[in-house]
Amino acid sequence: MSAFFKLLARNRLALGGLIVMGLVVALALITPLLPLADPDATDTANRFLPPLSDGYLLGTDGLGRDLLSRLLWGTRLSLAVGFAAALFAAVAGAAVGIIAGFYGGRTDNIIMRGVDMLMAFPYILLALAIVAALGPGLVNALIAVSVVNIPFFARNIRGITVGLAHKEFVDAAKLAGMSNPRIILSEILPNVVPVIVIAMSTTIGWMILETAGLSFLGLGSQPPQADLGSMLGEARSALITNPHTSVIPGIMILIIVMSINLLGDGVRDALDPRLKSGALSRPMAATRVERKERPAPETSTDAILSLDDLHTQFHVKDRIYKAVSGVSLSVKPGECLGVIGESGSGKSVTALSIMGLVASPPGIITAGAARLEGRDMLSARFGELRRLRGRRVAYIFQDPLATLHPLYKVGDQLIEAISCHRAISKSEGRKKAIELLKSVRIPNPEERIDIYPHEMSGGMRQRVGIAMALANDPDVIIADEPTTALDVTVQAQILSLLSDLRRERGLAIIFITHDFGVVAQLCDRVAVMYAGRIVEEGPTMEILRAPAHPYTSRLIACVPELGEGKRKLEAIPGLPPSVDNLPAGCAFADRCLKAQDSCTKGEIGLEGSGSRAVRCLFPEPGFAEETA
Amino acid sequence: MGGYILKRLLLAIPVILGITVIVFLIMAMIPGDPATAILGSYATPDNVARINRDLGLDKPLVARYFIWLWNMLHGDFGQSFSLNRPVIDVVLERFNNTLILAGTSFVLCTVFGILAGVISAARQYGLADKAITFAVLLGISIPSFFLGMMMILFFAVDLRWFPVSGMTAIYGGGDLADVIHHLTMPALALAVVATGVVARLSRSAMLEVLRQDFIRTARAKGVREGRVIWGHALRAAMVSIIPVLGIQAGFVLSGAVYIEIVFQWPGIGRMLVDAILQRDILLVQGGVVFVASCYVIFNIIVDVAQSLLDPRIKT
Ligand code: SF4
Repeated sequence: MSAFFKLLARNRLALGGLIVMGLVVALALITPLLPLADPDATDTANRFLPPLSDGYLLGTDGLGRDLLSRLLWGTRLSLAVGFAAALFAAVAGAAVGIIAGFYGGRTDNIIMRGVDMLMAFPYILLALAIVAALGPGLVNALIAVSVVNIPFFARNIRGITVGLAHKEFVDAAKLAGMSNPRIILSEILPNVVPVIVIAMSTTIGWMILETAGLSFLGLGSQPPQADLGSMLGEARSALITNPHTSVIPGIMILIIVMSINLLGDGVRDALDPRLKSGALSRPMAATRVERKERPAPETSTDAILSLDDLHTQFHVKDRIYKAVSGVSLSVKPGECLGVIGESGSGKSVTALSIMGLVASPPGIITAGAARLEGRDMLSARFGELRRLRGRRVAYIFQDPLATLHPLYKVGDQLIEAISCHRAISKSEGRKKAIELLKSVRIPNPEERIDIYPHEMSGGMRQRVGIAMALANDPDVIIADEPTTALDVTVQAQILSLLSDLRRERGLAIIFITHDFGVVAQLCDRVAVMYAGRIVEEGPTMEILRAPAHPYTSRLIACVPELGEGKRKLEAIPGLPPSVDNLPAGCAFADRCLKAQDSCTKGEIGLEGSGSRAVRCLFPEPGFAEETA
Repeated sequence: MGGYILKRLLLAIPVILGITVIVFLIMAMIPGDPATAILGSYATPDNVARINRDLGLDKPLVARYFIWLWNMLHGDFGQSFSLNRPVIDVVLERFNNTLILAGTSFVLCTVFGILAGVISAARQYGLADKAITFAVLLGISIPSFFLGMMMILFFAVDLRWFPVSGMTAIYGGGDLADVIHHLTMPALALAVVATGVVARLSRSAMLEVLRQDFIRTARAKGVREGRVIWGHALRAAMVSIIPVLGIQAGFVLSGAVYIEIVFQWPGIGRMLVDAILQRDILLVQGGVVFVASCYVIFNIIVDVAQSLLDPRIKT
C-alpha cells in the first residue's frame, strides 16, 4: 500500500490533481462557515455586475445574486450529488454483481441479460426516460444518473465475484455450514470492497459531470437552488452579453473533472504493474547504439558476416542487464554456425543485435561491431539498415503463430517481403510467392497463398516463415530457434529443408538453439554461450567428440540421442547467474563440479589453438589430450 | 458473411424487445392514472376516453405493453400532444438532423482520435506524445456544453466565423454550404470528448501491438517504418479500437443532447428535453425506443465491420 502511494506521489500530475481536488473539497466543506452572502438573495439593482466589483468578488448574475457565494454553494451541491450518485450506483451495482456472480447459473444469466439490455441504451436516453417518468428535479436526476451507471459496476463486480466464488475459502465456508448471505457478507464482500472503491473513484468525475449535465438541461436542480450545471444553464441566455456568468461555473466544472481525471490516471498507472517495469514502452525501429569507442577495424576477411566484441545491454530503471558481453562470431558463405545455450544465455539477443532488432527501449548496444562484408551495420543509418534487412540478411523466428501477422494472408506477407525491396507487379508477386511456397515444400501453394496464418499447422507456418526469409535470396539467414515450437518429425523436416537450401543456394546460416541434437544435424561449427559470453567454440564434430568446457559436456550429456533432442536443458542443476549481477571470474562456477578458488578470481579468456577455443581454467580431459 | 449478418440481426430482436420493456416499465412508474399522466393539461374527459380506447390504458399492465408494442410494429408510436403531430413523424424528422450532427462528429472523432493515438504511440515520450496527451486530458475533462458555449463566444461572437446557433439560416438558407457553415462548431464541440477517448485508447492499443513479435518480423523483412506503424501495427490495433468506436458512438449520440441545446440544433435530443419539460410522455417514449433501437442496429454494423477486419472471428 505504501508503495502504491509512493508511486502515486512520484506521478506529479496525479499529485497535482490530488491537491487541487483536496482544495475544492475542503472549500466545499467549509462553505457554510465562510462569511458569504446568501446565494439566493436577489438584488435587482446590482444585476450582472462584473467580477472584482465592490463587495462582489466574482460579480453577480442576472438576478443580482452574489456569484462567489453561488459558485461555492453550487460546487458543494454538485460534489455532494455526484458523490451520492456514485455511491448509490456502486452499492446497487455491487449488490447485483455479487448476487449474479455468487449464485451463478440461471440467476446470473437472467440478471446479466438485464444488465446487457440496460447497456444497449446510449446512456443519456435511459437517464432522460427516467427523468421523464419521475419528473425533473435534483433527486430524480441523481437517481437517473445512478441507475444508468449500475450496469458498469454490476459487470465489474460480477467478474470478480465469479472468481472468488470458486476459491477454497468459500468452499470451506460452505462446508462449515455457513448460509449463503453470510458467506457473501463475511467472505466475498471484504474482497470486493477495494475494487468497488477503485471503480467508484474512477467514475465519480463522470457522475459529477452527468448530474451537472442534467441540471444544465433544466432537468436537475430547480431554482432557486443551483448546482454548477444549472448555474451554467441559467447563464446561457446571457452568454453573449455577460459571459462571466457562464465562464465562472464552467471553469469550476472543468477544474473538478480535470483534477479527478488526473488523479484517476495516476491511480490507474500506479496499479498497473506493467508500467512499473517499463514494459509498456514500444520498441523503436532499430536498436539504440551507444558506443563509447569506435569499433576496432575488421580482422577476418573471408567471412560474409562477423560480430566483433558485441555488447548488448538492457537498461531497466536503474538496473543494467548485460545480456551480451563481448561476443565475436563469424560465418563464411555456405557455412552453418550453431549458437547454443540455455534461455537467458544471450544467444537470441546476439542474433537480434546483428540487424538492430533488439527491442529498444530497453535494449542498447554499447560496444562492438556487426559487419556484413566488412561494412559495420551498427554504424549504418536506418535507411541503409532497413534496405539490408530481409534482402541480404534474413531472419527466421521461433513460434510462427506470433511472428506472422495474424490479419494478413500469408501470400500478402510473402509478397510484401519482396515488394519492400523492389517494385514488383501484382501478378509477378503472386507468382513469386507461389514459387517460394513450393520451394519450402508446401503442398497446394496456389491455395495456401490465400489463407491466414491461424488456418495453418505449426509446421506449415514455419515453412512460410522460411519462405519469407528466402524471398530476396539473402546471403545470410539467422534462424532463432526455428524448430523449438514444433514436434520431432516436423522439426526433422524443417532441418533437412534448411540444410538442402543451404547447399543449393550457398547460404550462410546462423542457427540459434538450445539443443545439441539439432546442432549436430545441421551445423559445421558451434559456439556455446553462457551468461552472455561464448564459453567454447569449434567444429561441431570435434566438440561433440571431446567437449572442452564443463558446461558443454553437460549440455551434450543432456541430449538423449542425437536428432531426437526435445529434452530441455534444465536438466543441469542450478540456474545461470542473473546478468545484472555477474560474479567475478567464471560465470559457471556455481554450477561447476570442478570449480576451484582460482576460477572466481579474475577474467578468464577465450583461449585455444587452431579451430577450437574455450573459456575455462580446467578444460575437460578429453580436450586436453587432443590438443596436447 | 450473409448468414452472419442475418444471425446478428436475429439476435438483435430480443435486445430491442428488452429495450421496449425497459422503457415501458420506466414509463409505468409515473404515478397516478396513466391516461391523465400522458395527457397532462390536455386531459379532457373526451381525450381520456379516446386515449384509453386507442392505447388500452385502462387495461392491466401486460395488456397495455402488448397493445403499445403492436401499435409500434405498425409504425404507430402515438400522437404528440404538445406538437399535435404523430410521434413517428416528429421523431424521424428530428433524428435525421441528429444524425447529421452526430454522424459528422463520429467521423471526426474516429479520424482524429486514431490519428492522434497512432502518432502519440509512435513517438512515445516524445514532444508530440506529450502535447497530444495533454490535449487529450483537457479534451476529456471539459464538459461539451461548456466548450460549446465558449466556442460560440469566441468563434461566433468575437471572430464572427460561424453563426451562433441553428441548423440553417432563417432567410435563404438550407443548401449544403449553409448547413456545413452551421454544422462546423456543434460538430467539433461534440467530437472533442470522444476524440480524446479514442486517441487514448488507440495509443495504448498501438503500444500493445508494437511490442508484438509480428512487428519485429515486419521490421526484419525490411518493411518501411511508416508502413510498419500505419499498416501492420494499426491494422492489428484496429481490432481493439473498433469495439470502442461502437461505444463512443453511443457517447456521441448522448452528448448530442447537450450540443443540440447549446447550439439550438433541431435534433432529437432537444426534442426529448422539450418533451420532458412539456410532459409529452408519448413523444419521450417513442423517441427513446426509436433511437435506442437504431443504436442497437449500429452496433451490429460495428460487429460486422470487426468480423470483416479480423479473419479469426468465426462468422
Ligand atoms: S573455469 Fe573453473 S568453474 Fe569455470 S567452468 Fe572451468 S573449471 Fe568450472
